[in-house]
Amino acid sequence: MAKPQLVCPAGSLAALKAAVDNGADDVYLGFRNDTNARNFAGLNFDDKAVAEGIRYAHQRGRKVLVAINTYAQAGRFADWTASVDKAAELGVDAVIIADPAVLDYATKTHPQLRRHLSVQASATSYEAINFCRDKFGIQRAVLPRVLTLAQVENVIRHTEVEIEVFGFGSLCVMNEGRCWLSSYATGESPNTVGACSPAKYVQWEKKPSEMDVRLNDILIDRYGNDEKAGYPTICKGRFDVAGETYYAMEEPASLNVLEMLPEIIRIGVAAIKVEGRQRSPTYVAQVTRNLRQAIDAAAAAPGGFAVNPAWMAELGKVAEGSQITLGAYNRPWR
Amino acid sequence: MIDSSRIPKIPAFTLPALIARIGTRLPQWPHSMNLALALNAAKRMGVLHDDTLSEIEGKRFRVTVLDTGMVADFSYRAGAFRPLWNTGGKPDLQFAAPLSAYLQMVSRQEDPDTLFFNRTLSIEGDTELGLRVKNMLDALEWPAMSWQGLKPTFLSRG
Repeated sequence: MAKPQLVCPAGSLAALKAAVDNGADDVYLGFRNDTNARNFAGLNFDDKAVAEGIRYAHQRGRKVLVAINTYAQAGRFADWTASVDKAAELGVDAVIIADPAVLDYATKTHPQLRRHLSVQASATSYEAINFCRDKFGIQRAVLPRVLTLAQVENVIRHTEVEIEVFGFGSLCVMNEGRCWLSSYATGESPNTVGACSPAKYVQWEKKPSEMDVRLNDILIDRYGNDEKAGYPTICKGRFDVAGETYYAMEEPASLNVLEMLPEIIRIGVAAIKVEGRQRSPTYVAQVTRNLRQAIDAAAAAPGGFAVNPAWMAELGKVAEGSQITLGAYNRPWR
Repeated sequence: MIDSSRIPKIPAFTLPALIARIGTRLPQWPHSMNLALALNAAKRMGVLHDDTLSEIEGKRFRVTVLDTGMVADFSYRAGAFRPLWNTGGKPDLQFAAPLSAYLQMVSRQEDPDTLFFNRTLSIEGDTELGLRVKNMLDALEWPAMSWQGLKPTFLSRG
């Protein structure tokens, strides 16, 4: 059984170095524009930073992947092809693409450039993945976080495309690549501007006994002083539904697959991804370090693997809402 | 880059309430001046990027250390951080946290989002500006410092 690659996020050069220094095999990043789904103010890489990041990673035998994972907007296709061209020129190890048109461009223009199918492509079946392999020569696919582990295993059995799954990080309502909730409130969403709940629409208001958060003036949550907060997204808001106020769509929590690592390795997952390009180098270092140790331990002795409570404690602390979950992986229903 | 493994682990702590009670009664201008001086020194070291600095031009900031009672008001204008003496009106962006949280963030022992989620750090005002500043601070790469390397210099002076 091969040991899965550990794929970690970087929103800055400092985060990339933190990932490499703490044991990431691959680091993924985005350019400073809306061709990636973490297009936040002050985040991401200019050309100089990408070049330095590649140098730093390659010197240490690690790889740099570039996410071009939003859908090209009408009339602006050239922005997406320019990002693909730039990634190829800079010498990245792979591009992570969602839009079939962008994939098609990359396949025809840069056939030598390794292509991964982004989670945003929302390919949940081996048929969809094999279609992308036949048409666009993808070598890896990132699975949406909606499948049980048994379903992931079924996908792996029916494709030779490497399968990457999420191992840690914030969850959303898992309508990956198709979510318009942010647009409902603001007119902008990951697929249109590269950001969910763009910061210019977010207002945190501290009052003596509570804190309100609004998205474009729509109240999405109210936290008591002792309550943990989450990201200001509609999917994790608490709403009044038939006279009761609760998380109507999803609780703020982070996925954490530590306890499933031996199973993930056994079924042949090629890579484990960490979410969080918007987080700090400190988060990247903490999560990478703990997952590195856990994956190494699970791969060395799958039968005798036990989750170290120190890993859980550190990962639990940085989790959104300070809560962790196994997400869809262990749901009994389909 | 700061090698945080060389910095002792900073626990979460809150200073006795008396300190804040005294601190809030003391003049605040030295804090504003010291913080502006420190930020200008960081700028001269080249760790703050010009493109981000141009985006915070003219903005007013307030940093409050809750358990010391320290409040520092400053802005970035015409190429330098400047203390603000007249603190009337609402700043564009306010950070408030206990001293230990700032120390943990500066030494890269805690993640700002984690401190925000668990309500230790509060950020109010222009959220986009807050995100920009947070990302600027996250992207900082301090020049490598070797305390071992410094030692002989000091000794030879002695």
